Amino acid sequence: MTISSASDLEQPRLPSLPVKPWQILVLLLLIVYPLMVPDFWRLQVGAYALILGVIALSLTFLAGYGGMVSLAQMTVAGVAGYAVAIFGVNSAALGLGWPWWVTIPLSLAVATLFATLTGWLSVRTAGIYTIMITLAIAVAFFYLVRQNYVIFNGFTGFAGLAPPPVFGLDWRAPLPFYYLSLGVAGICFAAVVYMSRSTMGVALQGIRDNPRRMAALGFNVRAHRIAAYALAGLIAALGGILLVWFNGRISPGSVGVDRVIDILVIAVIGGLRHPTGAFLGAIVFVLLENFAIDLIDRERFNTVIGIAFLAIVFFSPDGLLGLWDKASRASRTLAGATKDWNGR
Amino acid sequence: MAETLSISQASEAHALSLEGVSRRFGALVALDQVSLTVEAGERRAILGANGAGKTTLFNMVTGDFRPTAGRIWFFGEDITALPPHERIRRGLRRTYQNSMLFRGLSVRDNLYLAAQGITRGRYSLRRPRRDSSELSLAERLAGYVHLTQWLDTTVSDLSHGQQRQLEIGMALAGAPRMILLDEPAAGLSPKERRDLIALLQALPAHVGFVIIEHDLDVALRVARFVTVMHNGQIFKEGTPDEIENDPDVQAIYLGGHHG
Repeated sequence: MTISSASDLEQPRLPSLPVKPWQILVLLLLIVYPLMVPDFWRLQVGAYALILGVIALSLTFLAGYGGMVSLAQMTVAGVAGYAVAIFGVNSAALGLGWPWWVTIPLSLAVATLFATLTGWLSVRTAGIYTIMITLAIAVAFFYLVRQNYVIFNGFTGFAGLAPPPVFGLDWRAPLPFYYLSLGVAGICFAAVVYMSRSTMGVALQGIRDNPRRMAALGFNVRAHRIAAYALAGLIAALGGILLVWFNGRISPGSVGVDRVIDILVIAVIGGLRHPTGAFLGAIVFVLLENFAIDLIDRERFNTVIGIAFLAIVFFSPDGLLGLWDKASRASRTLAGATKDWNGR
Repeated sequence: MAETLSISQASEAHALSLEGVSRRFGALVALDQVSLTVEAGERRAILGANGAGKTTLFNMVTGDFRPTAGRIWFFGEDITALPPHERIRRGLRRTYQNSMLFRGLSVRDNLYLAAQGITRGRYSLRRPRRDSSELSLAERLAGYVHLTQWLDTTVSDLSHGQQRQLEIGMALAGAPRMILLDEPAAGLSPKERRDLIALLQALPAHVGFVIIEHDLDVALRVARFVTVMHNGQIFKEGTPDEIENDPDVQAIYLGGHHG
């Protein structure tokens, strides 16, 4: 085949990883933030938002890049949490008591396997049916752990769960735990941003946009989708382990339908278009959860978050990220208009 | 052993072979007992009015839909039950009547996906290296279909003609043995049609193609053999001259006014 030379082309754009000054500023802010605030803001707001952000990130990856809305991401996180409790040490003396370096990788593996099986079941469906089948899996897991006392300790669940004292540090203390959460969140965020331009990531976006065409290019669409579930499962599992350490306990309530929906709300509020959305959504969610009591009665938290959800989705289907884009476009237009005006 | 021998003999004989392929959509018989053979490197045109079953025929070959009856062989291998991606990996390619490109991605990304689809690195979690063979293939393919300067352009910003070129570029990725072209000249300007004809005529001799085309000028200039379909069946086969002068074909397809 005679193919013209392309040696004089500019360098490919695909592998670039641009870092802008404001991104470095945000990173620095996240690092110094806990040094300037009391423990409540370190843990209940900072660490908690980062952890929920990691779990929501797994949904952003699946839905934003793969077009698959799974309601089972909190359930995957719950599987990891339960696995940590069962394989490790808990206060009910029901754990196997295995060391952390076995427990953590094993829990991640079990949860990833669970996510892969969830994917294997749900990639046969699309759209609303994927949501329904993953919701069914989430509800089934909730009832399983509530009714099973032999393995999951039923309604009570497990308590006394804490991060292991690695390097002689008490990782449950507010400052180390914030940085642990930030580290895991940072790694997951960077991994998703990097993967979005990897072969797997671009293929996933191709499958989201046109699965039939991808099959006509030689891609096994089902296998790619299942692989995406597995990767998202690993991210959710990391979040799930952090969450169980954060709460110090896990029970059926941790994987109930309301918690499952919370993750969807967080991801949609933030915006599914970019991994940043998951963390933006988590911050808004956590602030509302903590301070709804000051606005309105504690019992009315769901009303507040529901109204916030409706308002954001109504004004910007792309979530907060979409609002940010609209605002920056408007400011650019305004700046342009001002320039034109001054230039007259 | 006997089976291996028969497969190798079949592969020498035909690139593509359809035996009694039918496809029903409810009460509608879109394809009715179609048998067709195309040799390796052959350039075949398929003509027929709208609804004659041409695109359905392509969908059967690529596996987008399964036939209701009949078998399909590709270079001697029975591919009737294979999923679409397995057929592509065996050297079958196709372009679509309505552009099926990834409109939100750049030309480079579209070609890159086409190049990656038939390699082992499909599941790689790493970003492609600047000197990766798939990225350089994407660039070479862009050059081949005259899209080098639009490599970083988002597909939705390309003209219709450029999108058709990109479709062909994507079909050329890897080692195609047979390309199914579904109305590649639809909506093209006269100049773009000339470019398309030149592009198709310049394809390597071993790459065969089957082209569905309403524009007889394009179809008869690039094909050496023509199949005419009518009501889901093969109506006539012959050289472009024979088909162009066939009174039956003129009656059903050209309305008797052509030539």
